[in-house]
Amino acid sequence: MTDASINNAAPGRRPGSLLSADVRTAKRNAAEKRFRAYGLTAMLIGLFFLVVLFVTIVRSGAPAFTRTVVDVEFTLTQEQFDAAESELFKTKAYSNLFISELDARLEQDGLDLDFDEAAIERLLGKVGGTLREHYRANPGDLGQPVQFELAASSRVDGYFKGRVTRDTLQDSRFLQASDLDLVDALEEAGIMKQAFNWTFITGADSGVDNPGGAGIGASVVGSFFMMLVVLFLSLPIGVAASIYLEEFAPQNRFTDLIEVNISNLAAVPSIVFGILGLAVFIQFMHLPQSAPLVGGLVLTLMTLPTIIISTRASLKSVPPSIRDAALGVGASKMQAVFHHVLPLAMPGILTGTIIGLAQALGETAPLLLIGMVGFVARGYPDGFLAGFTEPNSAMPAQIYTWAARADVSFYEKAWGGIIILLAFLLTMNIIAIILRRRFERRW
Amino acid sequence: MPIFWLFLIVLAIAAVGFVIGRQRALQSAGGDSRGLHSLPGYYGWNVALKAMVPAFGLMVVWLLVQPIYVSSTVSGMIPESAIAEGSSMGLVMAEVRRAAEGLDSAVAAGAITEDFARNARADVADVTQRLKDAGQIVTSQITQPVLRAAQEYRILNNTGNLVMSGLVIAIALAGALYALRETNAVFRARNVVEQGVRALLIAAASIAVLTTLGIVLSLVFNTIEFFRLYPASEFFFGLNWAPSFSGRGGASDLGILPLLWGTLYISIVALLVAVPIGLFAAIYLSEYASRRLRAVAKPAIEVLAGIPTIVYGLFALLTVGPLLMEVFGKEGLGWMQSGTSVMTAGLVMGIMLIPFVSSLSDDIINAVPQAMRDGSYGLGATQSETIRQVVLPAALPGIVGAILLAASRAIGETMIVVLGAGAAARLDLNPFEAMTTVTAKIVSQLTGDADFASPEALVAFALGMTLFVITLGLNIFALYIVRKYREQYE
Repeated sequence: MTDASINNAAPGRRPGSLLSADVRTAKRNAAEKRFRAYGLTAMLIGLFFLVVLFVTIVRSGAPAFTRTVVDVEFTLTQEQFDAAESELFKTKAYSNLFISELDARLEQDGLDLDFDEAAIERLLGKVGGTLREHYRANPGDLGQPVQFELAASSRVDGYFKGRVTRDTLQDSRFLQASDLDLVDALEEAGIMKQAFNWTFITGADSGVDNPGGAGIGASVVGSFFMMLVVLFLSLPIGVAASIYLEEFAPQNRFTDLIEVNISNLAAVPSIVFGILGLAVFIQFMHLPQSAPLVGGLVLTLMTLPTIIISTRASLKSVPPSIRDAALGVGASKMQAVFHHVLPLAMPGILTGTIIGLAQALGETAPLLLIGMVGFVARGYPDGFLAGFTEPNSAMPAQIYTWAARADVSFYEKAWGGIIILLAFLLTMNIIAIILRRRFERRW
Repeated sequence: MPIFWLFLIVLAIAAVGFVIGRQRALQSAGGDSRGLHSLPGYYGWNVALKAMVPAFGLMVVWLLVQPIYVSSTVSGMIPESAIAEGSSMGLVMAEVRRAAEGLDSAVAAGAITEDFARNARADVADVTQRLKDAGQIVTSQITQPVLRAAQEYRILNNTGNLVMSGLVIAIALAGALYALRETNAVFRARNVVEQGVRALLIAAASIAVLTTLGIVLSLVFNTIEFFRLYPASEFFFGLNWAPSFSGRGGASDLGILPLLWGTLYISIVALLVAVPIGLFAAIYLSEYASRRLRAVAKPAIEVLAGIPTIVYGLFALLTVGPLLMEVFGKEGLGWMQSGTSVMTAGLVMGIMLIPFVSSLSDDIINAVPQAMRDGSYGLGATQSETIRQVVLPAALPGIVGAILLAASRAIGETMIVVLGAGAAARLDLNPFEAMTTVTAKIVSQLTGDADFASPEALVAFALGMTLFVITLGLNIFALYIVRKYREQYE
């Protein structure tokens, strides 16, 4: 009976071999392969975007770290100094001295080039002013050879980096085609060359017309003070809140309210925190505008949910047996938590805090609303305490300001700023990973 | 910064109090800590807490109340007539504050004497000149009422700060002395301290509630203020967004619909990029990938979520925009006018959202129990059939939740759209057209020169309110779906 039913099971189906797939099986297998290929493709696209992003950042940002300089040895005697100081147009006198010196230097190399003061000004900016400032500040250098590293104008810099080419160049008061011959000759002679751009690392923001002098140093300091505020507020408050919610909170309405608030705050767009900062800290409490203190307060409120969520996770991962053991030898609940649970959860808490700080470090939108835009970062604060209240910017806001400027030369600075920002983030994340690897306990 | 020093002084009082309290407790037990009710440290903490907590509490409250009191007193001094045509109380008060700061700095720099700064009968022109000489920026002309108000403002603030410093230090000392007096061998210090610490913990946990309250209040009050100046119906149903740049009201059209449309359009483009890629990546990683590939690829994709949004914004503006221009711009298909467009911002935002979708979906797919897969395989289904017909339906509520969370991220995202989407508000279907979003306009309305009392600036709060309500609604909806439809496998 059973044999018969098996034989008649599929009346319409041709009996096939198990070794060769029938049409339907082949179709199903093909579908399986396709599905798998979609998955692989999607994953590869994700990774591809990551690679493209990093390649773009590195390629576009690297030029920000070099700049074109003219490296010349210049000697000014006391008489020349006195003569130049007694003239009506003092910086012009210095410029002329510089030009004759440069001319002599080029002639030594057997180059005979024709250039005038205007060309030098197009190439190097106001050289005379720089020289005069140096000698007035260091009168001891008079009569001795001094090595000057003069930054070339941003357009010459662009010529070196391929942003400006002979084909695209239009003669203007900023740069002319004839200047490029001079640039080439100077490069040939080894006078004009690429050097590491320390100004970019240590400098402050420059005006819109001076991309060459723009640096990110001041806003790094602004970010640093903000992170100090965030660290010293969000870590204790976050840990205290988590301890309460995880260890002490009774099951009641109030606890539910707090929990709902925390999970909602974690999803509130960052710009809303900026509005809060503007309305409460600046309009209502009259705290100084553009101050890292206010920025830090806003970012603290923003990172608190992140820190609370990760702290609660690491408190939860400490097994109850630890608490029971502590209670068993006579510790109070508070002692059990503070003496035993908290130290064991500390690596996890610190990891979460660092990740929260990294998130805060890259945040831009709320800072724009409280006035920490890039052009505020014109210099370093006067001291430690002033660092909190003096107007300053932060790295991402500075990058935004550069990206929003019309001059293309600033884009390179923006990318360079991103490299520095990402370097900070990477360092913080690596520290977090090391902390987790070294100290995290599995129970 | 006197507040900083005040802070240090109170800390010092607490530290000294800790040491003395501890010693006093030990003394009262005859130097033998076994005679004490609590460990000696608790007696010290008792003193320190009682010195610090009330003092800092008073300091915070004082710092909050003083500016309000001072401005209300000072603004009462300014007669209606002193407020110029087209100006407002807020502007005059800003002038007063600036003048007061100018006087402060001039006194600090030694350019004028304290007495001179306080001299009520001082000549306005003379003061202005002296301030200018001292290198202070004096906006426009200081008028007599403004000068008087500024002087009053300074005096009130200075006395206020002085009184606060005195009171705070007094309270810190009083708290410490009180705690020292109650210190003896039978005093239950541990219980008292633990109760105090518990109260502090509750206070810390309440900050989340206070933050929400702060957000809601600051949005609501300013939004109401905005609707007083601008009709609500035109804001919600207006099809035109054209704020006047003078910041003085007048012919501004502030309709939110073009902004909402831009927000929605960009978010849809972003989700169209992120959802398929993220979901398939999650499926591949959780179902097909070998353990080693997963260990590398999952964190690598998650790096995309850790990159600051300003980086994506720059990427959109400087890399993706020009790239799209080459294909769809004038040289190519001619659909695109400029590098900033819905497509530019949407694509880049989609890249940013991939890890949100993939990580969350990955966790959810992993939570589907193996037994369900095994059952499906046992019936002869292939792996892809199992995923499509068993795993995904089981994980669907979670995946929908993840997508909704990603959508709320997309709507609230700011920097990518500020840099990548353009500035013109448009109701248009062409995705290669520049459009703008709610978040981008919040930034542009609040970072301009417009005065805070004008509808052009206040509209940002109404926009923020809309944004807050939408994202909050999406999040609550996402959580609701996840909770309601989640299958419980236990």
